[in-house]
Amino acid sequence: MAEEQKKVPTRPMPKLTELDTADFWRATKNKEFKYQQCANCQTIVWHPRSHCTGCVDGDLQWKTSKGEGTIYSFSVVRLSYHPFFRSKVPYAVAYVDLDEGPRFLTNVTGVEDPQTDVHIGQRVTLDWEEYEELSIPLVTPV
Amino acid sequence: MATQSRDAAIVGVYEYPSRDVEGKVNPLQIKAASAAKALADAGLKWSDVDAIYDASEGAPMSGLMISEYFGIKPSVIDTTGVGGSSYEFHAAHALRAIRDGKAKVALLTYGSTAHSSAMAIGAGGRGGGIAPGDNMESFAGQTLIANYAMVARRHMHDYGTTSEQLAEISTATRYHAMRNPEAVQAMNDLEFMNIRETTIEDVVGSRMIADPLHLLECCMVSDGGGAVVIASAEVAKNCAKKPVWILGTGEATKYPQNGADLTSSAGVESAPVAFGEAGVTPAEIDIAMIYDSFSITVLTLLEDLGFCAKGEGGAWVKGGRLRFDESGGPALNTDGGGLSSNHPGMRGIFLLIEAVRQLRGESSSQVNDAKLAVAHGNGGMLGGRHSAGTVILGRD
Repeated sequence: MAEEQKKVPTRPMPKLTELDTADFWRATKNKEFKYQQCANCQTIVWHPRSHCTGCVDGDLQWKTSKGEGTIYSFSVVRLSYHPFFRSKVPYAVAYVDLDEGPRFLTNVTGVEDPQTDVHIGQRVTLDWEEYEELSIPLVTPV
Repeated sequence: MATQSRDAAIVGVYEYPSRDVEGKVNPLQIKAASAAKALADAGLKWSDVDAIYDASEGAPMSGLMISEYFGIKPSVIDTTGVGGSSYEFHAAHALRAIRDGKAKVALLTYGSTAHSSAMAIGAGGRGGGIAPGDNMESFAGQTLIANYAMVARRHMHDYGTTSEQLAEISTATRYHAMRNPEAVQAMNDLEFMNIRETTIEDVVGSRMIADPLHLLECCMVSDGGGAVVIASAEVAKNCAKKPVWILGTGEATKYPQNGADLTSSAGVESAPVAFGEAGVTPAEIDIAMIYDSFSITVLTLLEDLGFCAKGEGGAWVKGGRLRFDESGGPALNTDGGGLSSNHPGMRGIFLLIEAVRQLRGESSSQVNDAKLAVAHGNGGMLGGRHSAGTVILGRD
C-alpha cells in the first residue's frame, strides 16, 4: 500500500494533527466550510486558531459558510517542481473572499482554460475534492 | 521633523564574489570569509566586534554558535530572522545598540549555498511549514512565484499596470548587471541564456512562469553571501574608509488578513518612519536599493516608499528612469540586483553593501555625486506573511 502511494504523487494533504486547524479539517469530511467568529468582539478569525485576535477575552464560535465567494486575485502556475503539481500545470491558484469574510487560498476548478477563464471579481462556489478523512475546498465559477 | 543623527555608520562591507561554489565551501565559511574581508575593509579586527547579528537561518542558538566559530565574544547578540529583510532589521538594531552605548562595532554576516545545494526556492512545493496558516494553504500548490504573481495580477486589475511597465524593472537591473563583472560572471556560472542588456520585448516575450510574471521578471537562485560592519561615530572616525551613516530606520510586519489590500506591503509603515527619522524625502534619494525578488516587488515598494503614489508605479518607472545614467532617478539596484547579480535566498545584505559602494563612489554603475540611498528589504512573501525593513543611508 505504502509502495503504491509513493508511485502516484498526491496533493500535499493538510495534517489532522495540527491543533489549531484540526476542527476545520474534520468538518470538511461532511463538506462543511467552518470558520470562527468571536461572540465577544465579532471578529472573524481566519485561519482557525484557539484564540481571538480581536480581543483578549475572546469567545470563538464555529460558523458554517454558505460556500460562495469572489476571486480576489489569482495566478496561473506554469512551472512547478512539486511531484504532484508539476503534472497539473497550468493550474489556477486564487485567493477567494467568502461572502462571510474569510479569505482563503485555493485552486479554481471546472474551467476549460485557466489562462482565459479565471478573473478577479469572478463569483465562485465551493467544489469539494473528497478524500478518506477530509475534503479539500476548491472553487469553481458559479 | 528632522531628528537625523549620526550615531552609527557602516564602515566595512564585502560581497562574496562566487555565485556557484560547487560544494567547495559551506554557508558558515562564506560568512567567515566575508566577515574577515569586511573587517579589513574597515581597518578593524575580530577582537573589535562586540555585537553580532545573524538571521538564525542556520540553526537554533545561531548567535552563540557563530560567535564561537568566528572566535569573538560579543555582549550584544541579535538573531532576528525575518527573511530577506533581516539585514535591514539588523542595521536598525545595531544603530540602537550603538546609540544606547551597548556596542561599538556590530558585525552582520550572510552565507548561502542555495544554488549548489539545489534548493527549489521559487517553483518548489511550499507546504513544509508547520504553522497553522501553512496547514490551510499547502494543498493549493501556490509556488512562491505565484504568490508574488497574485500581487501583480491584483495591481494590474486595480491600477491598469502592464507587463511592459513591470519589465522596466528587469531591464534597468540588467543594464546595471552588464557593467558589474561579478554579475556577468554570476549569470555565466548560473547558465543564463543570451547574457546581454535586455529590452522590454525580451522580458515580456520570455517564458511565463506564473501569470503574469515572466522568466525575466524572476530573480536568480545563486550561492553567495556578504558582511557589513557598523560602528559608533567614535570608532568610525579612525576607520580605513569614509563612514556611511545610518540616518533613519523603520521596521514593519504584514500577513494575510481578511479584506486586506494585496497591492500594498508593510513598507507603507516602515518607510515613513525611516524617512521621518532621517529628515529626508524620497525625492532627495539618489540610490534605491530595493529588494528585487521579482519585478512586482520593486514596483510595489517604490510606491510604498513614497517615490510615487499607490497605483502610479507603472507609469512612473517608464522610460528607463531607474538607470544609473538617467536623470529623474533614483538609480535602482546598481549592482544588477537579485534579478541579474546575486540572490542566494535572502538578499537584504546586498542592498546595504551596494548602497555603501555608491556612497563611497565604488560602484560599477556609479551615480555621479551620490549622497543619499535607501535600502529596503522585503522578507517572506510579498503576497503573504512578510516583513519590511527600510534603512536610509548618507555620507558626509
